[in-house]
Amino acid sequence: MSIEDKVVEIIMEQLDVTKEECVPEASFIDDLGADSLDIVELIMALEENFSIEITDDELRKIRTIQDSINFIKKKKGLLS
Amino acid sequence: MKNHPSLQDRVALITGGSRGIGRAIAVKLSSLGAYVIVNYAKNLAAAEESLTLVRTRGGNGEVLQFDVADAEGTRKVIAEVISRKGKIDILVNNAGTSADGLLIRMKDRDWESVIRTNLTGTYNCCRAVAYAMMKRRWGRIINITSVVAASGNAGQVNYSASKAGIIGLTKSLARELGPRNICVNAVAPGFIVTDMTQSLPEEIREQIKEQIPLAKAGTPEDVGAVVAFLATEEAAYITGQVIHVNGGLYM
Repeated sequence: MSIEDKVVEIIMEQLDVTKEECVPEASFIDDLGADSLDIVELIMALEENFSIEITDDELRKIRTIQDSINFIKKKKGLLS
Repeated sequence: MKNHPSLQDRVALITGGSRGIGRAIAVKLSSLGAYVIVNYAKNLAAAEESLTLVRTRGGNGEVLQFDVADAEGTRKVIAEVISRKGKIDILVNNAGTSADGLLIRMKDRDWESVIRTNLTGTYNCCRAVAYAMMKRRWGRIINITSVVAASGNAGQVNYSASKAGIIGLTKSLARELGPRNICVNAVAPGFIVTDMTQSLPEEIREQIKEQIPLAKAGTPEDVGAVVAFLATEEAAYITGQVIHVNGGLYM
């Protein structure tokens, strides 16, 4: 499974949203109805699934689905 | 109406479950069907005695050693339990210590050790279970505070500060975890017959009793009953509260 698909799968489960809603530019808070606790839970799920660590500073910069995918790829050394 | 006990299939962790109030809580929760994990720091024999009481009443559980004041050890052991049992539904932060003395003569280490076990210990255990509870969208955290958190008590600046700190922690955590269907409450016992209060001089104990409208000391079971209620589904709309169990000593 690609990183993109895995991220979308985790987001669908954590935020209880459909695949159609999970477009790359979708904002977690504005488009997907997440609150601050949802975001933290989502980040923790991403950390667990991809074996990465996301600091609080980094967390604040992740606003959209594409942000999270880019971030994970960067952490995994797949994106400069 | 359902006819099975109200805590059937629940896993409960009771810190400081080897004696006194913690033991009564363990026995009561298990009598309602919960699997009880009786934590102890030092006294294995006493913890096993608690477990024997649980088992002779048809309950089930285990003893588990860790010191709540040790953040790393606490997280490690609790993580192992969650992975083995699949969850912890109910956390009762009961482990506590006291080192009484007037402020002007208090040793710094007595301030620090009481804060570390009572307040930081409560934080350590909450920290270790919260995420697993959030994922399951169900949880009960019940923190044992004390009447002196509200009333103050000469000779207990360390103890009362630690217990008042627990109340602040309880209310903030109730706000954080409310959206995940996790209720966080505090229970504040008054003068209860335990090893801790029996160590007080007889005349002090008599003086305290005179101030209690119900005219007697409470029992660990009086506290256990309230904790058990807060752990049930029936208490689903109670969060962020401090429930006083003190015979009217403080109102």
